[in-house]
Amino acid sequence: MLGAALLAGIPVVALTGLLSYAAYDPALGHNNLIGDPGLLDVYVFSWPTSPTWLYALTQGLHVTVGIALVPVVLVKLWSAMPKLFEWPPVRSPAHALERASLALLVSSTLFQFATGILNAQLYYPWRFSFLAAHYYGAWVFLSAFVLHAALKLPAMRRSLRERRLIDELRRGLDETRPETGASTLIAPSPSAPTISRRGVLGLTGGASLGLLALTAGQSVGGPLRELALLAPHGRELGDGPNDFQINKTAAAVGITPQQLGDGWRLRVAGGARPLALSRAQLLALPQHTHELPIACVEGWSTTQSWSGVRLRDIAALAGVATFDELDVESLQRGGSFRRASLSVRQANDRRSLLALRVNGADLSADHGYPARIVVPALPGVHCTKWVARLEFRA
Amino acid sequence: MMRLRRAYGAGPLHLLGALASLGLAVYAVARIFAGAQPWNVVLWLAGAIVAHDVIAFWSYTALDRVARGRRARGVNHVRVPAVVSAMALIVYFPLILGLGRYERATTLSPDVYLGRWLALTCALFAGSAIVFAARALLRR
Repeated sequence: MLGAALLAGIPVVALTGLLSYAAYDPALGHNNLIGDPGLLDVYVFSWPTSPTWLYALTQGLHVTVGIALVPVVLVKLWSAMPKLFEWPPVRSPAHALERASLALLVSSTLFQFATGILNAQLYYPWRFSFLAAHYYGAWVFLSAFVLHAALKLPAMRRSLRERRLIDELRRGLDETRPETGASTLIAPSPSAPTISRRGVLGLTGGASLGLLALTAGQSVGGPLRELALLAPHGRELGDGPNDFQINKTAAAVGITPQQLGDGWRLRVAGGARPLALSRAQLLALPQHTHELPIACVEGWSTTQSWSGVRLRDIAALAGVATFDELDVESLQRGGSFRRASLSVRQANDRRSLLALRVNGADLSADHGYPARIVVPALPGVHCTKWVARLEFRA
Repeated sequence: MMRLRRAYGAGPLHLLGALASLGLAVYAVARIFAGAQPWNVVLWLAGAIVAHDVIAFWSYTALDRVARGRRARGVNHVRVPAVVSAMALIVYFPLILGLGRYERATTLSPDVYLGRWLALTCALFAGSAIVFAARALLRR
């Protein structure tokens, strides 16, 4: 039963995770942050710009479903514990390989859940790149998970048939009997049961739904956001136009107020006319307003009304004829996402903005003043804040 | 074919599947090593198993033994709120304990989370106690 729940949930988390990798468009310029391309860096399509909520949905599912699966994973591990102590520990070469793969499965499962969940709370107690470790860790996990699912599918179907869910739900503690049989999953000399099977299932499902309720609001938004009591981005910041979630403050990336003063210029390269535009000059260009989400890799999102200049209008102004990618550079000095590259489709979308204002007010320093990138369906980390330079590259 | 089955302990498909799976996993681990300090990755991968199979499993089993005491009656009224509260803590302990870069990155203080988790835990145990009392009354 727990296996069946994981067989439904894990593919959702895995698929949305791989989509999250694709959403970074790692084949473009500065976007590959996980090392030299290898066999597993499958990258087959360029990330779309419609629907605008695409990344908010896929990444919200990845994080929220992942968190809701934690109780299922832990109870599944608990239920399989007798297997750890099976005797003899190795019966044949086949059994040895299977156990080695199981060790990798348990290890990578815990690794993936732990690194993902800690990253979503900005806690990094390790010395490796989260992106590379979580991406390749996913392949370790998937390779072991697929083998395990393939080998155990018949056993799962058999036990679902022999001990039907509907019968178990009717059975209280008095009628709960320990399992018997030859399986190494069965405890050899169990104590008298103290909880029914439906009790364990109910507790697992309840804990899972509880975590779902405590988390989902940070991506769904609206009144649900306040229900996300323990989620990192479930909090209201206030009523002002700039009072919505921040993931990196200007101070956190070392940006000083002087850098954001009147001396700021947006430099545009790659066209017939290199430009250096002040904020006043940018505000004098045709302004467009779009409701677009900022959707973070950490699973939360928030939709705001952004106003600014279309990226394609800036390209035209700079005399850019054709280009293959748009490189965006921030004022921030360090950080993996100081630079990001956009595809032609992203740069040319009519809703893709160099945003100057949000909800009718100037951007605040923490939301990227003087100017930030906002592109539909683009991961939040690529919606570069404090933009200093745009380069249209062939 | 029979000889393989006898020597290996399963069919050829099992062997191919297991080798493909392990090969891919080893390659992926090597890719993590490439961009990191390998000992730290190994520490995390092996540490995860030790933390779960040894530390967590034995601790919660021992705790459960204590909670169960001699008579099992009512133990699930402790187990249910304890498990749900523990799950919330397992997932959100960095915020609850104020670890990490949350405040610097978001301008928000993580101080609220400990109180929220304690309130949730109290509510769960109180709810469970009420149900336990109601059941005891109904049984009389």
